[in-house]
Amino acid sequence: MANKEWPLWEVFIRSKQGLNHKHVGSLRAADAEMAVENARDVYTRRSEGISIWVIESSNIHASHPTDADALFEPAHSKVYRHPTFYDVPDGIEHM
Amino acid sequence: MNTLFEYLVRLGDDSLILGHRLSEWCGHGPILEEDIAMTNIALDLVGQATSILKYAGEVEGRGRSEDDIAFLRFEREYRNALLVEQPNEDFGVTMMRQFLFDAYRKPLFEQLTKSSDAQLAAIAEKSLKETKYHLKHSAEWVIRLGDGTEESHNRVQNALNDLWRYTDELFFENEVDEDLRGKGVIFSSEELKASWSEVVEKVLEQATLSIPDNGWQHDGGRRGLHSEHLGYILAELQYMQRAYPGMEW
Repeated sequence: MANKEWPLWEVFIRSKQGLNHKHVGSLRAADAEMAVENARDVYTRRSEGISIWVIESSNIHASHPTDADALFEPAHSKVYRHPTFYDVPDGIEHM
Repeated sequence: MNTLFEYLVRLGDDSLILGHRLSEWCGHGPILEEDIAMTNIALDLVGQATSILKYAGEVEGRGRSEDDIAFLRFEREYRNALLVEQPNEDFGVTMMRQFLFDAYRKPLFEQLTKSSDAQLAAIAEKSLKETKYHLKHSAEWVIRLGDGTEESHNRVQNALNDLWRYTDELFFENEVDEDLRGKGVIFSSEELKASWSEVVEKVLEQATLSIPDNGWQHDGGRRGLHSEHLGYILAELQYMQRAYPGMEW
Protein backbone atom coordinates (compact mmCIF):
# COMPACT_ATOMS: atom_id res chain seq x y z
CA MET A 1 0.00 0.00 0.00
CA ALA A 2 1.17 3.50 -0.81
CA ASN A 3 2.52 5.64 1.98
CA LYS A 4 -0.41 7.73 3.15
CA GLU A 5 1.62 10.06 5.35
CA TRP A 6 1.90 13.59 3.98
CA PRO A 7 5.45 14.80 3.31
CA LEU A 8 7.30 16.80 5.91
CA TRP A 9 8.13 20.47 5.23
CA GLU A 10 10.62 22.79 6.89
CA VAL A 11 9.28 26.27 7.60
CA PHE A 12 11.25 29.52 7.44
CA ILE A 13 9.76 32.80 8.62
CA ARG A 14 11.01 36.34 8.11
CA SER A 15 10.01 38.57 11.00
CA LYS A 16 9.24 42.28 10.66
CA GLN A 17 12.71 43.36 11.75
CA GLY A 18 14.63 40.38 10.38
CA LEU A 19 16.39 40.55 7.05
CA ASN A 20 16.57 36.82 6.50
CA HIS A 21 14.18 33.92 6.83
CA LYS A 22 14.85 31.84 9.93
CA HIS A 23 14.04 28.20 10.44
CA VAL A 24 11.15 27.94 12.91
CA GLY A 25 10.08 24.30 12.69
CA SER A 26 8.42 21.75 10.50
CA LEU A 27 4.97 20.48 9.61
CA ARG A 28 3.13 18.05 7.38
CA ALA A 29 1.15 19.06 4.31
CA ALA A 30 -0.11 17.49 1.10
CA ASP A 31 1.64 19.96 -1.20
CA ALA A 32 3.56 23.24 -1.26
CA GLU A 33 0.54 25.54 -1.33
CA MET A 34 -1.06 23.82 1.64
CA ALA A 35 2.29 23.85 3.43
CA VAL A 36 2.38 27.66 3.17
CA GLU A 37 -1.19 27.87 4.51
CA ASN A 38 -0.45 25.49 7.35
CA ALA A 39 2.71 27.43 8.18
CA ARG A 40 0.63 30.61 8.30
CA ASP A 41 -1.74 29.00 10.79
CA VAL A 42 0.81 27.17 12.91
CA TYR A 43 3.74 29.61 12.98
CA THR A 44 2.45 33.16 12.36
CA ARG A 45 -0.72 33.36 14.44
CA ARG A 46 0.95 35.63 16.96
CA SER A 47 2.24 38.07 14.31
CA GLU A 48 5.64 36.41 14.08
CA GLY A 49 6.24 37.12 10.44
CA ILE A 50 5.70 38.88 7.13
CA SER A 51 7.04 36.23 4.77
CA ILE A 52 7.03 32.42 4.69
CA TRP A 53 9.27 29.92 2.92
CA VAL A 54 8.64 26.20 2.98
CA ILE A 55 10.85 23.47 1.61
CA GLU A 56 10.23 19.76 1.55
CA SER A 57 12.49 18.25 4.18
CA SER A 58 13.68 15.54 1.80
CA ASN A 59 15.26 18.28 -0.34
CA ILE A 60 17.60 19.33 2.44
CA HIS A 61 21.08 17.81 2.35
CA ALA A 62 22.89 17.95 5.64
CA SER A 63 26.39 17.47 6.95
CA HIS A 64 26.90 14.25 8.83
CA PRO A 65 27.60 14.44 12.59
CA THR A 66 30.53 11.99 12.27
CA ASP A 67 32.21 14.41 9.86
CA ALA A 68 32.12 17.19 12.43
CA ASP A 69 35.79 16.83 13.37
CA ALA A 70 36.98 17.07 9.79
CA LEU A 71 34.65 19.89 8.92
CA PHE A 72 34.82 22.16 11.93
CA GLU A 73 37.85 21.31 14.06
CA PRO A 74 40.48 22.86 11.74
CA ALA A 75 38.90 26.32 12.15
CA HIS A 76 39.42 26.30 15.91
CA SER A 77 43.17 26.93 15.66
CA LYS A 78 42.83 29.83 13.24
CA VAL A 79 42.11 32.68 15.58
CA TYR A 80 43.65 35.12 13.09
CA ARG A 81 40.49 34.78 11.03
CA HIS A 82 38.66 36.84 13.62
CA PRO A 83 39.09 40.60 13.18
CA THR A 84 40.40 41.05 16.71
CA PHE A 85 44.02 42.06 15.98
CA TYR A 86 43.40 45.70 15.21
CA ASP A 87 43.81 48.66 17.51
CA VAL A 88 40.63 50.67 17.26
CA PRO A 89 41.50 54.38 17.03
CA ASP A 90 40.06 56.71 19.67
CA GLY A 91 36.79 58.30 18.73
CA ILE A 92 35.42 55.33 16.80
CA GLU A 93 32.12 54.25 18.27
CA HIS A 94 29.83 51.29 17.68
CA MET A 95 32.55 48.76 16.88
CA MET B 1 -39.00 47.65 12.49
CA ASN B 2 -35.38 48.68 13.02
CA THR B 3 -34.06 47.39 9.71
CA LEU B 4 -30.40 48.02 10.44
CA PHE B 5 -30.64 46.05 13.69
CA GLU B 6 -32.35 43.20 11.87
CA TYR B 7 -29.68 43.14 9.18
CA LEU B 8 -26.79 43.26 11.67
CA VAL B 9 -28.27 40.34 13.59
CA ARG B 10 -28.37 38.25 10.39
CA LEU B 11 -24.75 39.10 9.69
CA GLY B 12 -23.63 38.54 13.28
CA ASP B 13 -25.57 35.28 13.70
CA ASP B 14 -24.01 33.79 10.55
CA SER B 15 -20.57 34.41 12.07
CA LEU B 16 -21.57 33.29 15.56
CA ILE B 17 -23.20 29.99 14.60
CA LEU B 18 -20.61 28.98 12.00
CA GLY B 19 -17.84 29.94 14.44
CA HIS B 20 -19.42 27.70 17.06
CA ARG B 21 -19.81 24.84 14.59
CA LEU B 22 -16.14 25.08 13.60
CA SER B 23 -15.05 25.26 17.22
CA GLU B 24 -16.54 21.79 17.67
CA TRP B 25 -13.54 20.54 15.69
CA CYS B 26 -11.12 21.77 18.37
CA GLY B 27 -9.00 18.77 19.34
CA HIS B 28 -10.66 16.58 16.69
CA GLY B 29 -9.03 17.89 13.49
CA PRO B 30 -7.74 15.30 11.02
CA ILE B 31 -4.20 16.57 11.61
CA LEU B 32 -2.69 19.04 14.05
CA GLU B 33 -2.14 21.69 11.35
CA GLU B 34 -5.77 21.58 10.24
CA ASP B 35 -7.02 21.54 13.82
CA ILE B 36 -5.22 24.84 14.36
CA ALA B 37 -6.43 26.23 11.01
CA MET B 38 -10.08 25.48 11.76
CA THR B 39 -9.98 26.88 15.26
CA ASN B 40 -8.21 30.00 13.94
CA ILE B 41 -11.08 30.48 11.50
CA ALA B 42 -13.60 29.80 14.27
CA LEU B 43 -11.97 32.53 16.36
CA ASP B 44 -12.07 34.96 13.43
CA LEU B 45 -15.78 34.30 13.06
CA VAL B 46 -16.54 34.67 16.75
CA GLY B 47 -14.53 37.91 16.70
CA GLN B 48 -16.65 39.17 13.82
CA ALA B 49 -19.81 38.21 15.71
CA THR B 50 -18.57 40.16 18.72
CA SER B 51 -18.10 43.42 16.82
CA ILE B 52 -21.23 43.05 14.69
CA LEU B 53 -23.55 42.16 17.59
CA LYS B 54 -22.01 44.89 19.75
CA TYR B 55 -22.92 47.38 17.07
CA ALA B 56 -26.37 45.78 16.74
CA GLY B 57 -26.89 46.41 20.47
CA GLU B 58 -25.95 50.07 20.05
CA VAL B 59 -28.26 50.46 17.03
CA GLU B 60 -31.12 48.85 18.94
CA GLY B 61 -30.63 51.27 21.83
CA ARG B 62 -32.12 49.06 24.53
CA GLY B 63 -28.88 48.63 26.43
CA ARG B 64 -28.17 45.06 25.31
CA SER B 65 -24.51 44.07 25.04
CA GLU B 66 -23.09 41.70 22.42
CA ASP B 67 -23.13 38.93 25.04
CA ASP B 68 -26.81 39.55 25.86
CA ILE B 69 -27.63 39.22 22.17
CA ALA B 70 -25.41 36.20 21.57
CA PHE B 71 -26.36 34.19 24.63
CA LEU B 72 -29.80 35.29 25.80
CA ARG B 73 -32.14 35.06 22.84
CA PHE B 74 -34.56 32.28 22.00
CA GLU B 75 -34.16 30.08 18.94
CA ARG B 76 -36.67 31.96 16.81
CA GLU B 77 -34.83 35.23 17.38
CA TYR B 78 -31.70 33.92 15.64
CA ARG B 79 -31.40 35.05 12.04
CA ASN B 80 -28.52 32.96 10.69
CA ALA B 81 -28.84 31.17 7.36
CA LEU B 82 -29.67 27.46 7.66
CA LEU B 83 -26.41 26.55 5.92
CA VAL B 84 -24.20 27.54 8.85
CA GLU B 85 -26.09 25.48 11.44
CA GLN B 86 -25.78 22.23 9.48
CA PRO B 87 -23.71 19.57 11.32
CA ASN B 88 -19.98 19.14 10.74
CA GLU B 89 -20.26 15.46 9.74
CA ASP B 90 -16.91 14.58 8.15
CA PHE B 91 -14.11 16.97 7.18
CA GLY B 92 -15.37 17.07 3.57
CA VAL B 93 -18.82 18.29 4.64
CA THR B 94 -17.26 20.91 6.95
CA MET B 95 -15.01 22.25 4.18
CA MET B 96 -17.80 22.28 1.59
CA ARG B 97 -20.09 24.18 3.99
CA GLN B 98 -17.26 26.60 4.71
CA PHE B 99 -16.49 27.08 1.02
CA LEU B 100 -20.11 27.76 0.01
CA PHE B 101 -20.32 30.30 2.85
CA ASP B 102 -16.92 31.96 2.30
CA ALA B 103 -17.66 32.40 -1.41
CA TYR B 104 -20.72 34.43 -0.35
CA ARG B 105 -19.10 36.29 2.53
CA LYS B 106 -16.14 37.65 0.58
CA PRO B 107 -18.11 39.57 -2.09
CA LEU B 108 -20.60 40.60 0.60
CA PHE B 109 -17.90 42.23 2.73
CA GLU B 110 -16.41 43.77 -0.41
CA GLN B 111 -19.76 45.44 -1.05
CA LEU B 112 -20.20 46.49 2.57
CA THR B 113 -16.85 48.31 2.68
CA LYS B 114 -18.68 50.93 0.57
CA SER B 115 -21.68 51.11 2.92
CA SER B 116 -23.08 54.53 3.79
CA ASP B 117 -23.00 53.32 7.40
CA ALA B 118 -19.44 54.08 8.52
CA GLN B 119 -19.37 51.56 11.37
CA LEU B 120 -20.62 48.72 9.17
CA ALA B 121 -18.09 49.69 6.49
CA ALA B 122 -15.27 49.54 9.06
CA ILE B 123 -16.37 46.14 10.34
CA ALA B 124 -16.53 44.86 6.73
CA GLU B 125 -13.06 46.21 5.99
CA LYS B 126 -11.55 44.32 8.90
CA SER B 127 -13.54 41.13 8.31
CA LEU B 128 -12.77 41.08 4.59
CA LYS B 129 -9.08 40.41 5.21
CA GLU B 130 -9.94 37.40 7.36
CA THR B 131 -12.57 36.16 4.94
CA LYS B 132 -10.20 36.24 1.97
CA TYR B 133 -8.00 33.77 3.78
CA HIS B 134 -10.95 31.60 4.84
CA LEU B 135 -12.07 31.36 1.21
CA LYS B 136 -8.58 30.55 -0.02
CA HIS B 137 -8.27 27.81 2.58
CA SER B 138 -11.68 26.19 2.04
CA ALA B 139 -11.44 26.44 -1.77
CA GLU B 140 -8.01 24.74 -1.75
CA TRP B 141 -9.45 21.90 0.29
CA VAL B 142 -12.53 21.47 -1.89
CA ILE B 143 -10.24 21.22 -4.93
CA ARG B 144 -7.93 18.71 -3.28
CA LEU B 145 -10.70 16.54 -1.88
CA GLY B 146 -12.76 16.67 -5.08
CA ASP B 147 -9.80 15.94 -7.32
CA GLY B 148 -8.24 13.55 -4.80
CA THR B 149 -9.00 9.88 -4.25
CA GLU B 150 -12.23 8.14 -5.19
CA GLU B 151 -13.34 8.18 -1.57
CA SER B 152 -12.60 11.88 -0.98
CA HIS B 153 -14.29 12.75 -4.29
CA ASN B 154 -17.45 10.85 -3.38
CA ARG B 155 -17.57 12.33 0.09
CA VAL B 156 -17.35 15.97 -1.02
CA GLN B 157 -19.71 15.34 -3.93
CA ASN B 158 -22.25 13.99 -1.42
CA ALA B 159 -21.59 16.99 0.80
CA LEU B 160 -22.28 19.32 -2.13
CA ASN B 161 -25.47 17.41 -2.99
CA ASP B 162 -26.70 17.75 0.61
CA LEU B 163 -25.71 21.38 1.16
CA TRP B 164 -26.66 22.85 -2.21
CA ARG B 165 -30.29 23.24 -1.12
CA TYR B 166 -29.21 25.76 1.54
CA THR B 167 -27.38 28.11 -0.82
CA ASP B 168 -30.25 30.14 -2.29
CA GLU B 169 -31.13 31.34 1.18
CA LEU B 170 -27.85 33.24 1.36
CA PHE B 171 -29.39 35.67 -1.13
CA PHE B 172 -32.69 35.94 0.74
CA GLU B 173 -34.30 39.36 0.55
CA ASN B 174 -37.29 41.05 2.11
CA GLU B 175 -38.37 44.56 3.09
CA VAL B 176 -35.33 44.88 5.37
CA ASP B 177 -32.97 44.67 2.42
CA GLU B 178 -35.14 46.92 0.31
CA ASP B 179 -35.13 49.64 2.94
CA LEU B 180 -31.36 49.44 3.57
CA ARG B 181 -30.56 49.37 -0.12
CA GLY B 182 -32.51 52.57 -0.56
CA LYS B 183 -30.28 54.20 2.08
CA GLY B 184 -27.05 52.94 0.50
CA VAL B 185 -26.29 50.76 3.55
CA ILE B 186 -26.28 47.52 1.54
CA PHE B 187 -26.13 46.74 -2.17
CA SER B 188 -27.50 44.55 -4.94
CA SER B 189 -27.92 40.89 -4.05
CA GLU B 190 -27.99 40.02 -7.76
CA GLU B 191 -24.41 41.20 -8.12
CA LEU B 192 -23.58 39.30 -4.97
CA LYS B 193 -25.06 36.10 -6.35
CA ALA B 194 -23.22 36.59 -9.65
CA SER B 195 -19.86 36.90 -7.85
CA TRP B 196 -20.70 33.87 -5.71
CA SER B 197 -21.70 31.74 -8.71
CA GLU B 198 -18.55 32.68 -10.59
CA VAL B 199 -16.24 31.54 -7.78
CA VAL B 200 -18.29 28.46 -6.90
CA GLU B 201 -18.50 27.25 -10.50
CA LYS B 202 -14.80 27.82 -11.09
CA VAL B 203 -13.68 25.97 -7.97
CA LEU B 204 -16.14 23.10 -8.36
CA GLU B 205 -15.01 22.58 -11.92
CA GLN B 206 -11.39 22.45 -10.82
CA ALA B 207 -12.44 20.01 -8.11
CA THR B 208 -14.15 17.82 -10.76
CA LEU B 209 -17.43 18.12 -8.84
CA SER B 210 -20.83 18.66 -10.39
CA ILE B 211 -23.56 20.95 -9.14
CA PRO B 212 -26.67 18.90 -8.32
CA ASP B 213 -29.66 19.56 -10.55
CA ASN B 214 -32.11 19.35 -7.67
CA GLY B 215 -33.76 22.76 -7.84
CA TRP B 216 -35.59 22.65 -4.53
CA GLN B 217 -34.27 25.09 -1.91
CA HIS B 218 -34.78 25.60 1.83
CA ASP B 219 -35.29 28.93 3.50
CA GLY B 220 -36.52 30.19 6.86
CA GLY B 221 -33.34 31.02 8.77
CA ARG B 222 -33.59 34.76 8.07
CA ARG B 223 -37.13 34.66 9.49
CA GLY B 224 -36.14 32.66 12.57
CA LEU B 225 -37.41 29.28 11.33
CA HIS B 226 -34.52 26.90 11.83
CA SER B 227 -33.63 23.27 11.31
CA GLU B 228 -33.63 20.95 14.34
CA HIS B 229 -29.87 21.47 14.70
CA LEU B 230 -29.93 25.03 16.02
CA GLY B 231 -31.61 24.08 19.31
CA TYR B 232 -28.75 21.74 20.19
CA ILE B 233 -26.18 24.38 19.26
CA LEU B 234 -27.90 26.95 21.46
CA ALA B 235 -28.16 24.51 24.37
CA GLU B 236 -24.38 24.23 24.34
CA LEU B 237 -23.70 27.86 23.47
CA GLN B 238 -26.04 29.31 26.10
CA TYR B 239 -25.65 26.83 28.93
CA MET B 240 -23.16 28.82 31.02
CA GLN B 241 -25.00 32.15 30.75
CA ARG B 242 -28.35 30.50 31.49
CA ALA B 243 -27.03 28.48 34.44
CA TYR B 244 -24.88 31.29 35.91
CA PRO B 245 -26.39 34.58 34.69
CA GLY B 246 -23.84 37.34 34.19
CA MET B 247 -20.84 35.08 34.74
CA GLU B 248 -17.49 36.20 33.33
CA TRP B 249 -14.09 34.59 33.08
